[in-house]
Amino acid sequence: MSMSVIVAAASEGSTGEQFTFWTCAILSVIGALGLVLSRKTVHSALFTALTMLNLAVLYIANDAPFLGLVQVIVYTGAVMMLFLFVLMLVGVDSSDSLIETLKGQRLIAVLLLAGFAVLLILTLGTALTGTQSVGLVAANEEFGGNVQGLAHLMFTTYLLPLEVVAALLITAALGALVLAHRDRWTPKLDQEALSRLRMERYAETGAHPGPLPNPGVLATSNAIGTPALLPDGSPSELSVPPPLRGESRSRLAAETTEIDADVTEVREIAEGKETMRPKALRDVDGHTDLAEVYPEEKGD
Amino acid sequence: MDPSAYIILSAILFTIGAIGVLLRRNAIVVFMSVEMMLNAANLAFVTFARMHGNLEGQVIAFFVMIVAAAEVVVGLAIIMTIFRTRRSVSIDDPSLMRN
Amino acid sequence: MSILTAAQAVLPMSDGAPAENVEPITATITAAQAGGAFPLMWLLFALPAVGAAVLLIVGRRSDRWGYLLACALPIGSFILACILLAQMMALPEADRQVTLELWNWTFAGSFDAAFALRLDPLSISFVMLITGVGSLIHIYSIGYMAEDPKRRLFFAYLNLFVAAMLLLVLADNYLLVYVGWEGVGLASYLLVGFWQYKDSAAVAAKKAFVMNRVGDVGLSLAIMLMFLTFGTVTFSDVFEAAPEASETTLTIIGLLLLLAAVGKSAQFPLQAWLLDAMEGPTPVSALIHAATMVTAGVYLVVRSNAIFDLSTTAISVVLAIGVITMTMGAWIACAQDEIKKSLAGSTMSQIGYMFLGAGLGPAGYVFAIFHLLMHGMFKADLFLSAGSVMHGNDDQKNMRLYGGLRVAMKVTMVAFFCGFLGISGLPPFDSWFSKDGIIDAALGVNVFAGLVALGVAGMTAFYMTRMLAMTFFGSPRWAEDQHPHESPPVMTVPMLILSIGALFGGLFFVYVAPIGEWLAPVTGYEESTPVIPEIPLKLTSLAIAIIGIALGWRKYATKDVPRVAPTNVTILTTAGRHELYGNAFNESLFMRPGQYLTRWLVWFDNRSLDGLVRGIATGIGDLGGKLRLWETGYARSYALSMLGGALLLGVVVATARWF
Repeated sequence: MSMSVIVAAASEGSTGEQFTFWTCAILSVIGALGLVLSRKTVHSALFTALTMLNLAVLYIANDAPFLGLVQVIVYTGAVMMLFLFVLMLVGVDSSDSLIETLKGQRLIAVLLLAGFAVLLILTLGTALTGTQSVGLVAANEEFGGNVQGLAHLMFTTYLLPLEVVAALLITAALGALVLAHRDRWTPKLDQEALSRLRMERYAETGAHPGPLPNPGVLATSNAIGTPALLPDGSPSELSVPPPLRGESRSRLAAETTEIDADVTEVREIAEGKETMRPKALRDVDGHTDLAEVYPEEKGD
Repeated sequence: MDPSAYIILSAILFTIGAIGVLLRRNAIVVFMSVEMMLNAANLAFVTFARMHGNLEGQVIAFFVMIVAAAEVVVGLAIIMTIFRTRRSVSIDDPSLMRN
Repeated sequence: MSILTAAQAVLPMSDGAPAENVEPITATITAAQAGGAFPLMWLLFALPAVGAAVLLIVGRRSDRWGYLLACALPIGSFILACILLAQMMALPEADRQVTLELWNWTFAGSFDAAFALRLDPLSISFVMLITGVGSLIHIYSIGYMAEDPKRRLFFAYLNLFVAAMLLLVLADNYLLVYVGWEGVGLASYLLVGFWQYKDSAAVAAKKAFVMNRVGDVGLSLAIMLMFLTFGTVTFSDVFEAAPEASETTLTIIGLLLLLAAVGKSAQFPLQAWLLDAMEGPTPVSALIHAATMVTAGVYLVVRSNAIFDLSTTAISVVLAIGVITMTMGAWIACAQDEIKKSLAGSTMSQIGYMFLGAGLGPAGYVFAIFHLLMHGMFKADLFLSAGSVMHGNDDQKNMRLYGGLRVAMKVTMVAFFCGFLGISGLPPFDSWFSKDGIIDAALGVNVFAGLVALGVAGMTAFYMTRMLAMTFFGSPRWAEDQHPHESPPVMTVPMLILSIGALFGGLFFVYVAPIGEWLAPVTGYEESTPVIPEIPLKLTSLAIAIIGIALGWRKYATKDVPRVAPTNVTILTTAGRHELYGNAFNESLFMRPGQYLTRWLVWFDNRSLDGLVRGIATGIGDLGGKLRLWETGYARSYALSMLGGALLLGVVVATARWF
């Protein structure tokens, strides 16, 4: 449905407009309810976008094609994108519980809003029912179209408000910059300072100064949950990503006992107490024989 | 078409927006609800413009959009600032002006 | 003319001329017209004022020479006063009123008070007394205060005192009188409390100041009423306009002026400060009693004679106060054991005589001033002698611990004895003329007052004999370590000079320079019709004086005086020792009710006014505390309130549209 068709349908006051109105009205109310009722913020944002788009159609149906397009571009395009950016920064999965914490807030709010809605609908509905719209055909034609008409008004009668609003926009942009800006109180750390800091921390607390070992290094498997082995054969918990550390606690313990056995064996071999060839290094499930891991050694 | 239908839709949207403002705690959702209320008002303006055959209602709606855009910019920046210090976007958290 | 009729010589008509010959002062001439030294008359009070200023501003650096400057300046004033007196005597009688307008001092609307001085026979008499006696007291103070570390300050205050008093008597309008009046009050406060480290001195100074303040209110109210009634406060204008005012107004003005005079002159009922003021150094007492302070009240009444003459009520009150105070003072003087307090009682009594004289109207003004001048000399002499006695006896004030000092302090005794002769009414010394003049005039106007005055004359002779006997005669009653010694010449010489005045002042003013003729142009004169022939009257008063002396001598010189005051005494003596319960009276009538009133006012203020204010404040605070609970800090609650408000507004608007 192109814009001209909507405009044409609207200006006739035909059933076309009826159809447009009811479709968009229902969709926009659904969007509004979705905004309020969604637990996840992202869903709320998407529902808002739905309402905005439907309202754009309704603007166009109301002889306001320019505003309809501005609605799509500014609201759905810019403003909602800004919301989504902020959502991304805050955390997409941020959601709040729907349990009300303020005593009586929900009840009073619903009662007051019901009263408010009834008041608005009753007064406006009764006042407007049966009135006929003058329509904007004449007003639009005076300057050759809706955009021209608006432009004429904005740059003549409403020039001063327009300038003020422009100033407001710039101020708002500056304000956002100032608010988002974080002052740097200390000089930026260069590489030398960072490395010195790292070594200091190591000296004081023993924190590992270098890059963390990758999981699975020298271990029997390279799964991400398998801790790396340090040169002395002990497993390094640091090599395991934090989320997996807790889960793999049991596996880590198992690995540790196994490795201890391995280390003992290797030492014994080195000291000549044991033959170079162990019968089996692994008994634990899911772990391969050393021979399987290093097949070329078989030939020894 | 009868303008009352648009106006009643506008009233309903406004009320739902107000419900969002009053009952949701996530600042971003509250903000979007405010935008919903502004849009409902805009719909009323546009409808009135058509009803009276006068473009000024549309001009006002336009101004509302601009101001809303400015408000969103600043408001979201504020939300970000609060989030940075409190790690939360609940509007119930910053209640230091209590009592 | 026999000595008995000498008193009559005071009066202008004693040579037989009719009273109409007294020419009233018809025209006021300015100092420039009068020429000579008259344009310099401002120096009279300016010199001591400068002395006070220099000593106070230069401070310690003037310790070495300050007292000399302070003595020289009043002497300079005295010399100038002598020149002015000579010039004034050269002027025709009708012109003896010279004014000097220094600058226009205060003007607001129709109010206009110039800083103007006025020199006429009355004020020049006072100036002579103040500068003469004042200078002698200054010189005496050099010796008396020699040991005091704050001597410079003392001299500065003395100069201030003299300057204020001179301004008071030289002023040409009541407003300027008020300035001097307050200056005298200030200086007396500073001097009475000069030894402020003594609690009694500090309290006495405060008491004197506060009681003077009561009187000062009277003067300020009188000035305001004068301005309201006459539109001016200048002497000549007020007196000129006085006959046109209603008698009620004049009575009120007179009584207010009298209140002021009573306060300053320590008359009943504001007499209580005088005895306490003895806490000051003795030269101060001499200055207060002889030359400055207490004479101011008499001056004010006599100066305002035009007002008092027109109000029978006011002048009767003056007379009554004179009679009452005269008796009270003599009574107190008979009972007190401290030499200075006894003398203070005597002063009260003598000032009472002057008030009595002033209260007699035109018949007595002259004698009031005459007695004032005489009193200034003999009382200064007596006080300085008393100071000398104390100086030689380690500041011992109790007469019961003196006795037989005639051996050790011959010069002082001579001076005191001269003062005694001057006051006790023996011929031909001072009081013989002045006091008997008052008694004579009183008998002519009010027989009762005259008889009381006669009786008090006897009491005067009695208490003076008592003082003389207890101090210089009888057996020594000193403490072991007390070594009475004569004072240095710097103290005794002024005493002796004053002694001469105490002895021969009366003769001088009767025969050499008749004071009645001199003053009559200012005060007016009216011959009293004596009810008792003159010679019997004189004999009676002499007899009464001799009886008083004899009684006193018998009781205090021939018998031993106990060192501790006996307690088995008559109720009269007890009352006298307690200063006739003046303090108790003031305490019970004013102080305690005042305290209760204040307490009640504080209580009332706390409960009602402050309570209301505080109640409102706490109420609002509590309300705020309650409302504060609404402030949850949750933005959503505020949004809910806003919605409620919007709904309410919508309902109101919709309702208004529908109905």
